[in-house]
Amino acid sequence: MIDIIVKIFTKNGLVAAFLLIAIIMMVSYAFAEFIKQKRMGSAIAIVVGLALAFVAGKITGGSKGLADISLFSGVGLMGGAMLRDYAIISTAYGVKFENLKKAGIPGVVSLFFGVTFSFVVGGLIAFALGYKDPVDIATIGAGAVTFIVGPVTGTALGASSEVIALSIAAGVVKSVLTMIITPFVAKRIGLDNPTSAMVYGGMIGTTSGVAGGLAATDPKLVPYGAMTATFYTGLGSLLCPSIGFVIVRALLG
Amino acid sequence: MEIFGLGIVAGCMFIGVIIGNLLGQVLGVNGDVGGVGFAMLLLVVLSNYRTSKGKPLSEKTEKGILLLSALYIPIVVAMSSIQNVVAAFSGGAVAFLAGGVATVGAISLVPVISKLTAGSEKKKAA
Repeated sequence: MIDIIVKIFTKNGLVAAFLLIAIIMMVSYAFAEFIKQKRMGSAIAIVVGLALAFVAGKITGGSKGLADISLFSGVGLMGGAMLRDYAIISTAYGVKFENLKKAGIPGVVSLFFGVTFSFVVGGLIAFALGYKDPVDIATIGAGAVTFIVGPVTGTALGASSEVIALSIAAGVVKSVLTMIITPFVAKRIGLDNPTSAMVYGGMIGTTSGVAGGLAATDPKLVPYGAMTATFYTGLGSLLCPSIGFVIVRALLG
Repeated sequence: MEIFGLGIVAGCMFIGVIIGNLLGQVLGVNGDVGGVGFAMLLLVVLSNYRTSKGKPLSEKTEKGILLLSALYIPIVVAMSSIQNVVAAFSGGAVAFLAGGVATVGAISLVPVISKLTAGSEKKKAA
């Protein structure tokens, strides 16, 4: 009996994922209503998702959360980059061109500032905690940019796999933390209009974090934040292993 | 038809990602630089153009696009459930501090940058 059920769920992975996510969201929205915080529904659902990913990771020892459990392997497809990007693009429908133009300059400024800021902060912390090799410092700094820029930089500079793993972890911390804290601080940082959403996307840059954080805050802002965030990893992959590393090496003599 | 909406978004995605990959190649970065961003821009330009010409997309086509955007939050929930959260918690102090301080710092700088650039634009207008 159980075998048959597992087999059917695995065979119809994507449909099983729709069912699972629907249940998670139903429970989360019901809970949000119960605590009289209706707007927190998606934020709670995201936290539930992260919690399940943590439990699954502990059980399986894998790196893909729930997707490592064969019964739920379909969430890997549903939450993977392909459908994520497809859905993100669709949110741009209905965006007014004037709003984008208005936020164009702040968006570009925040991109450069955001990448530089995260790289410098990550590098300084690595240095403060005892890393003295410019390659290690640049790789960990790049990890604080995003969990893709970290390994890209580390590989380009020939960092050890241990340091590359650390850089990925730093990027994942950033992404997870962004999803969790954004809805709570949104009001305080004025995250309620297209311009600030574009600045936010450019400052944080981790696509999954920005996407999750904005979805939990106000779905209307998603396209603006996602638009700048999507350039962030590319810009980081460009700057960190080149100019970033050269500056770190020059500073350390 | 609804499928036209799904097709339009898919078309934008491929054009955008191809541009992103070409840009990556030109810049010497392995991979995609802003592909999704270009795709979004394309969709914005397309829909704004049609509206300005007085020929907006048909209601059914629009429904296809709206279905996708409605799926966006569930997809994000699915995405959060496949993150390597264990690694994030076990990366040690370096990973936690580097990622954490960068996040909190960057978030708290959002209003500063918004104000700064908004101020400079107002000056330009004046």
